[in-house]
Amino acid sequence: MSKRKSKETCLTHGECISQTQTMLRERFCHQKIPGKPFGVESQHKHLLELLKRTAVHGESNSVLIVGPRGAGKTMLLNCVLNELLEVKHVQENVLQVQLNGLLQTDDRIALKEITRQLHLENVVGDKVFGSFAENLAFLLEALKKGDRSSSRPVLFILDEFDLFAHHKNQTLLYNLFDVSQSAQTPVAVIGLTCRLDVLELLEKRVKSRFSHRQIHLLSSFRFKQYLEIFKMQLSLPEDFTDRRFAEEWNQNIKSLCEDRSVEDVLQKHFCSSKDFRSLHMLLMLALSRVTVSHPAIKPTDLLEASRLCTMDSKANILHGLSVLELCLIIAMKHLNDIYDGEPFNFQMVYNEFQKFIQRKSHSVHNFEKPVVIKAFEHLHQLELIKPMEGPSVRTQKEYQLVKLLLDNSQIMDALQKYPQCPTDVKQWAASAFG
Amino acid sequence: MPALIQHPGFSELELRCVEEKLVCRESQVSMLLSIFGEPQQYSYPSVFIYGHAATGKSFVTQTLLREHQLPHALLNCVECSTSRLLFEHILNQLCAHSPSPDNEFSSHTRCDSFNDFIRLYRQLADLQQQKSTTYIVLDRAEALRDMDANLLSGFLRLQELVGGNVTVIFLSEIVWDKFRLNTGCFEPLIICFPDYSKAELQQILSLDHHPDYSADLYASYINILLGVFYSVCRDLKELRHLAALNFTKFCEPLVKGEAKESDTHRLWRNIEPHLKKAMQTVYLREISRSQWEEMQRKEGELHLKGLSAHAHVELPYYSKFLLIAAYLASFNPARADKRFFLKHHGKIKKTNFLKKHEKTSNHLLGPKPFPLDRLLAIFYSIVDSRVAPTANIFSQISSLVVLQLLALVGHDDQLNSPKYKCAVSFDFIRAIAR
Repeated sequence: MSKRKSKETCLTHGECISQTQTMLRERFCHQKIPGKPFGVESQHKHLLELLKRTAVHGESNSVLIVGPRGAGKTMLLNCVLNELLEVKHVQENVLQVQLNGLLQTDDRIALKEITRQLHLENVVGDKVFGSFAENLAFLLEALKKGDRSSSRPVLFILDEFDLFAHHKNQTLLYNLFDVSQSAQTPVAVIGLTCRLDVLELLEKRVKSRFSHRQIHLLSSFRFKQYLEIFKMQLSLPEDFTDRRFAEEWNQNIKSLCEDRSVEDVLQKHFCSSKDFRSLHMLLMLALSRVTVSHPAIKPTDLLEASRLCTMDSKANILHGLSVLELCLIIAMKHLNDIYDGEPFNFQMVYNEFQKFIQRKSHSVHNFEKPVVIKAFEHLHQLELIKPMEGPSVRTQKEYQLVKLLLDNSQIMDALQKYPQCPTDVKQWAASAFG
Repeated sequence: MPALIQHPGFSELELRCVEEKLVCRESQVSMLLSIFGEPQQYSYPSVFIYGHAATGKSFVTQTLLREHQLPHALLNCVECSTSRLLFEHILNQLCAHSPSPDNEFSSHTRCDSFNDFIRLYRQLADLQQQKSTTYIVLDRAEALRDMDANLLSGFLRLQELVGGNVTVIFLSEIVWDKFRLNTGCFEPLIICFPDYSKAELQQILSLDHHPDYSADLYASYINILLGVFYSVCRDLKELRHLAALNFTKFCEPLVKGEAKESDTHRLWRNIEPHLKKAMQTVYLREISRSQWEEMQRKEGELHLKGLSAHAHVELPYYSKFLLIAAYLASFNPARADKRFFLKHHGKIKKTNFLKKHEKTSNHLLGPKPFPLDRLLAIFYSIVDSRVAPTANIFSQISSLVVLQLLALVGHDDQLNSPKYKCAVSFDFIRAIAR
């Protein structure tokens, strides 16, 4: 199963593959990108400058990093923080508090989390504070160093910043920005959010204390740079244990980039979404096919990965329906065509179905009404049809109005792929009037 | 059978064992295993598996995780309907704590919010020093959409929030498109479990053949069963239930000595009407399994009443006429009353009304409300004998409302002229009219 390599390296082929997988998976799944993220040099410089001013010079600051999902906001911030912490003075002094809007759903929880991350639980003890501001002031006071002259700089990182704006009175935001404006302690408030209109969410008093400094990450690179990123993400670094294997691998990646079909796949992905995260998903799917027997990524792997990413889920669900349920969907399609998309009820659908059975069908058996109702309810359970209003006792089940959540083209496509579809059903679907 | 699943991280023995248990799901299993990677490697933070009911989603995931002894927690989101239950179940399973009489059925620790969950999870991970990926499986994930808003987004990016090696697997019948949130979220890897084809269903159903009879006999039985039920229902669970119920009836001629195993035509003739009857009763859960078995044991045709059978309701003489009058009032337009009821005194042929109902679209739209006076007018005209308007008649109307055969439309306190609507179908009326 494993081939013995030359004597200089003590790694077998299998172990090389395993190590490659480990390293690349860390990159794609756990976002451990080596070096700077591509294409964001100016933003990187800006943010680093800002944080240096707080950490080294003691100046308070606030900034918002804004960008769509997967644009690389957290990646950028982590990169900048790593670079910052390389300075010894900074590493010893600066404190970090990481808050997340998904976790701290309340200002009270947020305050407890801040206390915990600053390791001040013992200092606070059982004290009861009158207001949020008092509590925060006490915490920051407690951070002052022994000689009471200067305080340690604190970096507050607020992930999902827009969710904090939905808290009651926005107390946490108000107090943090307040502290960053007054000269008490050097504090940097960094918010990360995906909403471009985040400033509209802030109250007037909070907005006025914010410095209005925003860093936008809008993935504004072109296709050529996208290809570069693709190559860089897949390449093994220089310090990989087996140099020969790494060189072979990188050579293979380079030839992949020049392949026509791979370029088409990447072009398709680039046109639908440019962000890093969808690229990582594609690369992860391609990487998962690499094994000892299949030691390099081929263009077919990428094609297969692309196909998996862009599959139509509803078509797959339609593929698994029984013939009776499919007939009901076609009956609904006809109703939609005749009545221009107005909602219908089960009785109308059953009527259409009966017309088909009596006039045109040879292969579909005439089922009893309760059996047809059960099929209709199955469609409702799969959320292919949606009731116009909630379940009510007033109207009977058969007369409640529903809407079909499928498009005509989806239905016709599904019929093409349906296994062993009876021909009279197909003809009924294609005919203009039921 | 050639070895179809290969994986470096797990032993050959385990893989063969898994392969035997998971029939017809080889490609899905190999895909899942390739995404999981070796136990200590990172896997994609969230995976979303969708497919029809009984396509093996829960079974495959469970078997894979158990056989390969990967640390995991299995949850059903319908069962754990609040966030507290969800978190505590996960923590209990991860530290192998089960509520029992010893610890007074308590959980490992109390965990209310997502923040606490992350903190406790991190503590647990530090304690256990787990090197391999932990998997959290959330079954019936569509229920998460109705719970707290931060749960779905939080679980999608659990790996990032916890900072460790954990993957969350979501299983659902509903497609991912219906889960997306307005401000976006971390997109999971989407895997489809396609429905079984007819041949695969045959293969799987033949696996639980009775040891007393040959596999070929059971295979021909399954063939007949699928012939009747395949166009209505493809759910493996339902088909297995029906197969188990009807097998004794199928083997009856063999037991009695009337036919041999190779006499397929005879066996088919015996069982087919039986299966057709099953479709109307047991398939619709109109009668219970024990009732069905009892019916099979007794010779001859027993007309067993289903749950929604009309003969369950015994109405007094005048109530029947009131209900018929209500039906006529609901489904006939008011202006047609004069035509119907003035010319024909007393004896009204119901067949005339049948033909007229077919043409009106009222029949499809549902019953219309009518005032009390109209009901009484129609009632007096269809009852043969002269009836005095006593309180008896009015109280019968209220009892029909209580039985939900009539529905009260409008406000409760409209005592002057209450409006009603007929709440039963035409078949019911026809059954009563006999």
